[in-house]
Amino acid sequence: MDSRKNDDLDAEIQSHLRMAAQDKLAAGQSPRDARDAALREFGNVGVVKEVTRGMWSWASLESFLQDIRYGLRTLIRTPGFAAVAILTLALGIGANTAVFSVVNGVLLNPLPFRNADRLMVLFHERPNFSEGSVSYLNFLDWQRENHSFEAMAAYGSNPFSITGVGEPENVHGQMISSTFFPIFGINPLLGRNFSADEDQLGANPTLMISEGLWKRKFGSDPGIIGKRLIVNAVGRTIVGVIPAGFRLRIWNFHPGDIYVPIGEFSDPRFRERSWASGQDAVGLLKRGVTLEQARQDMARVNRGLAAAYPDADAGIKARVVPLKEHIVGELRPVLLVLLGAVAFVLLISCVNVANLLLARSNSRHREFAIRIALGAGQHRIVRQLLTESVLLALVGGVLGIILAKWGTAAAIAAVPRSLPRAEGIGLDFHVLLYTFGISVIAGIVFGLAPAWKTSHSQIESTLKKAGRTFAGARGRAQGAFVIAEMALALVLLIGSGLMIRTLFHLWRVDPGFNPHNILTFEISPSPSLTTESPDAIRAAFRQFHATIRSVPGVEVASFDWGAHPMQSDSEQSFWVQGQAKPEHSVDLPMALAYVIEPEYLPVMRIPLKSGRFLNPNDSDHSPFVVVIDEDFAAQYFPGKNPIGQHIVTTRLEEIVGVVGHVNQFGLDQDAVNPLHAQVYESIYQQGDEVMPGIARVADVFVRTRPGIDSASVFPAIHHALNRVDAGMVVFDPENMDQTVADSIAQKRFSMTLLGVFAALALLLASIGIYDVLSYLVGQRTQEIGVRMALGAQRADVLRLIMNDGARMALLGIGVGIVAALGLTHLMTSMLFGVRPTDPLTFGAVTIVLAVIALLACYVPAHRAMRVDPTVALRYE
Amino acid sequence: MKSQYQNRIELLQGTLDLLILQTLLWGPQHGYGISQVIRTQSGEVLQVDTGSLYPALHRLEKQKWIKSEWKLTEKNQEAKFYQLTAAGRKQLAEERSRWEQLSDAIGAVLKNPVIG
Repeated sequence: MDSRKNDDLDAEIQSHLRMAAQDKLAAGQSPRDARDAALREFGNVGVVKEVTRGMWSWASLESFLQDIRYGLRTLIRTPGFAAVAILTLALGIGANTAVFSVVNGVLLNPLPFRNADRLMVLFHERPNFSEGSVSYLNFLDWQRENHSFEAMAAYGSNPFSITGVGEPENVHGQMISSTFFPIFGINPLLGRNFSADEDQLGANPTLMISEGLWKRKFGSDPGIIGKRLIVNAVGRTIVGVIPAGFRLRIWNFHPGDIYVPIGEFSDPRFRERSWASGQDAVGLLKRGVTLEQARQDMARVNRGLAAAYPDADAGIKARVVPLKEHIVGELRPVLLVLLGAVAFVLLISCVNVANLLLARSNSRHREFAIRIALGAGQHRIVRQLLTESVLLALVGGVLGIILAKWGTAAAIAAVPRSLPRAEGIGLDFHVLLYTFGISVIAGIVFGLAPAWKTSHSQIESTLKKAGRTFAGARGRAQGAFVIAEMALALVLLIGSGLMIRTLFHLWRVDPGFNPHNILTFEISPSPSLTTESPDAIRAAFRQFHATIRSVPGVEVASFDWGAHPMQSDSEQSFWVQGQAKPEHSVDLPMALAYVIEPEYLPVMRIPLKSGRFLNPNDSDHSPFVVVIDEDFAAQYFPGKNPIGQHIVTTRLEEIVGVVGHVNQFGLDQDAVNPLHAQVYESIYQQGDEVMPGIARVADVFVRTRPGIDSASVFPAIHHALNRVDAGMVVFDPENMDQTVADSIAQKRFSMTLLGVFAALALLLASIGIYDVLSYLVGQRTQEIGVRMALGAQRADVLRLIMNDGARMALLGIGVGIVAALGLTHLMTSMLFGVRPTDPLTFGAVTIVLAVIALLACYVPAHRAMRVDPTVALRYE
Repeated sequence: MKSQYQNRIELLQGTLDLLILQTLLWGPQHGYGISQVIRTQSGEVLQVDTGSLYPALHRLEKQKWIKSEWKLTEKNQEAKFYQLTAAGRKQLAEERSRWEQLSDAIGAVLKNPVIG
């Protein structure tokens, strides 16, 4: 249709010209003169056609399409410009898309559960722990007495070994309340959830299994319900199969292969009100109940408990945290800082492209001046220019999505463990919408300045002076661009500088032990061992120890049943003999408890400060001894020698030695964690009642000989242990180096991303300042020529241009420092050992940026210096 | 040449539409014809720029005030003739009365003797 209209317009104009020529012919002109005169009178045929065409699609989609076509033609005519602009934008938009896809997947998307916004995690809150485990008896009272939850569920993890079907194996499992899966809206694939009756002490032993175990162990047997499986030596009836789609990772819970009712757990300590270790709780708020109401309700319940059971519950509060907050809350400030940082990168991209457009608009000045003179409205010109820039941004956006897809995958792969919900990250509809949105906004932002400038240029003077007069105004605009770019780049560089300093500080933190060449893993001996006598269990562990030590490459080894540095903690309450015992057991001081063997010290290479460490003579037949760390000594025996003093736990223990403090909570967290005191007890001096627990599962720490990779000895150890105990499960091998590295993975992730963004910003800003200065030098060629003709030296010219560039760069740096001072405090939670206004970082980054800016100025300045005055003067 | 340039009056925005509609009141006419009629009837004062004329014609057609059709001229040439539609006649009447009001008002101001 359009081409027919075009032909029609062509014919119309041709007929006009013919008629005009004919009239002139009739007036006596020669045919040739007549045709020329007609053409002259008519004016520019092409322009008339174009403005006429503008009327066809007056303020309609057609004119939009026309703008797009025109824009595309313009871009194709200048492929170099288009490529640079699109690539610049693709980098900016791609980086933003990648970060947003992480923010979207982690922070914005709802959790994949029904009623996700009403799901809460519940903790015991006490002075030392804001988020501690909940004792089961307290949980039952919470469940009974609260008015704000539709349902509550307790859970705890436990290793399970299953026998009776195929090979015996150890699987991860959870003990759960019967309300657990209904709270999360999970329906079993087969069978049913536990009933309340099954969740009671003495109930008929039942079991739910995962879809994975059902497929692997039972070949997806549809008749699985009602069959029996032997778990930890107890026969249990399978009542349901949990679908594999159930994914939940919270404190002390991750999906396992086996679920058993927590209410029938018969360990006597589990029924002690002060025993809050390893079981936690979740709840589903009633509809319409706010978080604040729930918190107040739980505070009321807990006041009642504190009054009824002061010994166990005085001072304990209930802490209610939304599930999503619990999972991703810590990550929110980090991701928002990254999102802000990457927005800066996009801004710099926009400034660079605006710059390019401005320089290019010089050559298009006459084009637009003519169109305006012919009656095209200014808004029409602005729209044309904006269409072109949005078009550029959209093409950049598409390319950016491709970069983002690749970039996100690379980022997640780099630090897999530091990101919860990493599985939900991807390019979904929201991300694409976001990318489209920022592309359009970016297009308008970088298109607006050049469009405004071009359309407001005075038409007559442009036509008369060929655009010369605008060099000044445009020079100012570009100067502002350089200043903005420098400022943005500086803020990003300072942010990444602070992260780098943070990581340096973290790497310098002494963990208190030597993590190199340490292998850790877990063992779960044959279930039958748990039913043996405590002495038999002790003997078995001595045998296991000897077995591990006999493996070539192993230097020393130790079991650990208790806290595991940088992985899991375990506490022991105590009081110092000779000091007043607190009235309530809940007020007893706490220490991190490591239940280990004498070789733990050489395995970890923890320094012995005074006295002695545990030794093989410390047995169940000798006096109970304990070794404390230096922080314990400083806190409870200030200025005194703790050796020979006694502490009371469940029994009287003599302090025989002091060792160095070990970093328990991670390189960045240990200093801020209020719990510092540490105690070491021998695994062989544990009470008889504890031994079955140790026999169920224990950690093993192994130091390999120098030069032997710690991971390489695991298969041999595994094999050797199975020769001693064929039913033993040996699992979760890990390098201690890796464990330490993981404790700062999130900070490393932030540093890597901020570093990448800062490098990108620096690159783009350098290109920007180089472009602008080159352009300005080009504009001033004539002036330079005059100056040189009048006797200016080359060095003077160099100084002149460098001064110009340096002034812009320094102004930008100044603005950037002020902005950074205002912004870096947002990073406070991400930093370690360095203040957000760290003068060293600010100083170093300023110098680096200034040097790079001056280098970017030097090239065009050097070119200006080489200007030949005679050529320059002929330039006009 | 110079005097002719000075005698030319730039058309106020919207007046070209009025002139085109008025010209077509006498019957269908093509673009070239319309520009000739305006020029001669204004005593060579009003020169219609083709860069304004054709956009205006196409805009008026889009607004359905005029319609076009290819016909042969008296001299047997093919040309695109524009003619008024019913809506165009109504529009012309409105624009004329508006123009007359404006012109009367300006005239009244200019004719008043200066007082004081």
